[in-house]
Amino acid sequence: MLDDLLFLLRSLFRRENVESELDDELRFHLEQEVEKYVQSGMTREEAMRQARLAFGGLEQVKEECREARGVHFIETLFQDVRYGLRTLQKTPGFTAVAVLTLALGIGACTAIFSAVNPILFKPLPYPHADRIMMIWYAGDDGSRVPQTFHTYRELTERSHSFETAAVMKPWQPTLSGENQPERLEGQRVSSGYFRTLAVAPVLGRDFQASDDVLNGPKVAILSDGLWRRAFGGDREILGQQIKLDDDNYTVIGVMARSFDNVLSPSAQVWSPLQYDTGNLVTVETREWGHHLSMVARLRAGSSINQARSNLDWIAHHPVSEFPRPAWASLEHGLIANSLQDDVASGVKPALLAVLGAVVLVLLVACVNVTNLLLARGAQRRGEFAVRAALGAGRSRLIQQLITESLLLATVGGALGMLVAQAGVRALVALSPPGLPRVNAITVDGTVFGFALGITALVGVLVGLVPALYASRGDLHLGMQQTSRRTAGSHQLTRRTLVVAEVAITLVLLVSAGLLLRSLQRLFAIDPGFDASHVLTMQVQESGHRFDADRARDQFFTQALEAVRQVPGVSAAAFTSQLPLSGDFESYGVQFESDPRADAEAGLRYAVSSGYFEAMRIPLRRGRLLDERDRAGAAQVVVLSESFAKRKFPDREPVGQRIRIGPDIGHPDRPWATIIGVVGDVKQASLALSDSDAFYTTPTQWSWVDNVQSLVVRVNGDAAALTPAVRNAIWSVDKDQPIVRVATMESLLAKSEAERHFVLILFEAFGLVALLLAASGIYGVLAGSVTERLREIGVRAALGASSRNILTLVVRQGMILTAIGVVIGLAGAAVASHALISLLFGVSRLDPITYFGVIALLATVSGVACWVPAWRAAQVDPSVTLRAE
Amino acid sequence: MPAQRIDLPQGTLDLLILRTLALGPQHGWAISERVQQISSDVLRIQQGSLYPALHRLQRRGWIKARWGTSDNNRRAKYYELSKSGRQQLEVEKDAWEKLTAAVAQVLGTA
Repeated sequence: MLDDLLFLLRSLFRRENVESELDDELRFHLEQEVEKYVQSGMTREEAMRQARLAFGGLEQVKEECREARGVHFIETLFQDVRYGLRTLQKTPGFTAVAVLTLALGIGACTAIFSAVNPILFKPLPYPHADRIMMIWYAGDDGSRVPQTFHTYRELTERSHSFETAAVMKPWQPTLSGENQPERLEGQRVSSGYFRTLAVAPVLGRDFQASDDVLNGPKVAILSDGLWRRAFGGDREILGQQIKLDDDNYTVIGVMARSFDNVLSPSAQVWSPLQYDTGNLVTVETREWGHHLSMVARLRAGSSINQARSNLDWIAHHPVSEFPRPAWASLEHGLIANSLQDDVASGVKPALLAVLGAVVLVLLVACVNVTNLLLARGAQRRGEFAVRAALGAGRSRLIQQLITESLLLATVGGALGMLVAQAGVRALVALSPPGLPRVNAITVDGTVFGFALGITALVGVLVGLVPALYASRGDLHLGMQQTSRRTAGSHQLTRRTLVVAEVAITLVLLVSAGLLLRSLQRLFAIDPGFDASHVLTMQVQESGHRFDADRARDQFFTQALEAVRQVPGVSAAAFTSQLPLSGDFESYGVQFESDPRADAEAGLRYAVSSGYFEAMRIPLRRGRLLDERDRAGAAQVVVLSESFAKRKFPDREPVGQRIRIGPDIGHPDRPWATIIGVVGDVKQASLALSDSDAFYTTPTQWSWVDNVQSLVVRVNGDAAALTPAVRNAIWSVDKDQPIVRVATMESLLAKSEAERHFVLILFEAFGLVALLLAASGIYGVLAGSVTERLREIGVRAALGASSRNILTLVVRQGMILTAIGVVIGLAGAAVASHALISLLFGVSRLDPITYFGVIALLATVSGVACWVPAWRAAQVDPSVTLRAE
Repeated sequence: MPAQRIDLPQGTLDLLILRTLALGPQHGWAISERVQQISSDVLRIQQGSLYPALHRLQRRGWIKARWGTSDNNRRAKYYELSKSGRQQLEVEKDAWEKLTAAVAQVLGTA
């Protein structure tokens, strides 16, 4: 082995030496042979001839000796690289086009991969991350419903599948102190949260069971970011107190900078949940409310499926120690998924569609470069023929050509990494708010490896077909001048490739078209209110002075008065939840007319008077809520149109009575009378019709919400009024954080951000593919015209008009396009399956999209055909025929 | 020259070279002459093909090469069998005998 290596090294580094030794050895042989023949009486000349004949081709033998020595490959690789670089330099135009095409394809593919990798493929950044699961309560329709605290407790007590488990909920405390009050993002977690993720604070200690008890100590763990920003990274922070929502919290720990909190990426502070573990019997407690997320870590050795069947068994076998109310009966069981799947579940179809699309773009890029190489190969036939005649074997020629295409791919891949860097930045900037793990999207080692891999693959792929063609057996034809007339079969390959390009492009364009039409349909949907000229912001009360409902209401009422005074404001109101903002809160509704039925869920809006007017939500029947409907007055509600129609199909809804939210099941609480019906409003998204909704006033609801959204209708530009409105609120109380400032129009646009994001990518990919396909068609026709100059000359000489010739060439190109379109249509019909979840209001076989795309492709390819056709039509037969 | 010459079966050239070198160090031309001789001119060997085979055997470590001086006082590259080459010769001889015996048997009984 070592000998072998030394031999190889010696051969490599003493190449000249070894070569001259080989020369010497072979020369000695020939001289001996000549000598032999001379002694047997031949003339020296005849002897030399005989010796050479007996020996065979000298160069070939040398080549075989090099090969036998085993250094051949590496040695010739250097040679090939040098030679390849020289040839590529000689044709800068070709090289630039090929390299840029590959850079675009590889770059786009790498950028998308780097975005998709952390979400779909890369393990989450926790030890044994595959054992972390999310466990949801299964809704009637199989949807994932948040857990109740007592369900979580029953599961942890009874299940043996898990090592640790935790529940959490979002928490947005206001940090006050020396600086301006700031609303933080945080999480209330049960004590096992960090242990379930198998992470621990880098400073201080983790939560303990003793922290997480009802009325337990107020302790907090900070994120590295908050610690550095707000507390200067001071290690003395441990044990000190910080003020959150007017309460003093003792800092007990700081998380590591590297901690990536997948379950709530923006969380900066954590505090124990401190729910009541006793009292399972009273059901109107927060402990029985569906609002917690549950995460659990599988015991080593138990599988997700075992855990699932274990959970299923528990769900369907209630025990007396753990009584369950009707809404937490676990009737439909539990949904358990790995954390990774859970995080990706919403975006997976979109990501896979985008990934598929970018692979198609790369494919088109490869096909294009292959075509360029084929055309180049046709021009270089003479060169190959000479090399073959000089003793280069077929494999040697193939190696040379593959080296060249690998060189192209390498340069393209290097440039592609730059494209990918820029692409990743653009992706992160454009990414929809729902995209998980955005902070993990980087060009890292894995991504680099991926890019390297596809570069190598692309290099071989684009080089193989041209190399096989160029090195075919009939190389001697290349020496003959007339070869141009016979070069036909590579044209067939090039045409096939162009057809493939057109087909793939059609698939991409149809996908982009379908998404575009979906988005058009969505934005054509009436959200139920008038979004123009409306400014919105979320206002939060913070501090103990607002503990009483009266104080809360007073603040919001005064703030509203102040806002209404701002010049340019025509109407303003508060609402407990804002449409299309991500808010989603529903409560039970019980109808007096239907007393035995279970309560139904309806979206709850606690709105100040003037809300419907400010939002321009139309009144259908009865009256709107106004100043009269305050605490102490008769309980009233307004229903949404669909809700009213569904419940009272043949009766007048106004005057009917319902019980809402916490009042349900309390016969002592008064019924609320329906006083009006208003139009439906889109709450979660334009695509969803969650239209069962009821409106009440803040003071008639069981409590006054401490976070409310302000909607302000203004004359003129909504965004421009932001500072004035904000100052008006702060004039009432300067300590109240105001967040989520946005115009209603931007919220509307953002609500479809995911579709929009996918559409932008598909449009970009479709455009790139279209350009590449057009240049492919152009290239093939131009090449074909050059090769057929003589034929065209003959036709012209025989009387074909330039119009005839124009038609001839254009028809040739359009036939290719037509075949590509037909194949592409079949492809698009299949590929559009992958888009179904992203489409809205359009069939995946939407004829308008398909026709539109075909028309676009036909136009572009028509232009691409016209240029070479026009050139062909200008052929002067006397010139071309004389050239032969 | 006999009229009927046969092409060398694949892989047997190595065996012939090893066998020839078993008699002592030789340069390439001498090996080629020797092979022709002992095969009574029945085997047709393109002389050129000898050299790649020599280089291959050298790489495998079965033969060693050194530069020496030939009978007519010329610088020539001499090849000789290495220890592992001697073992290899035995192995290949054995295999060859088995093969020919087997083929002969098949031909005889068929």
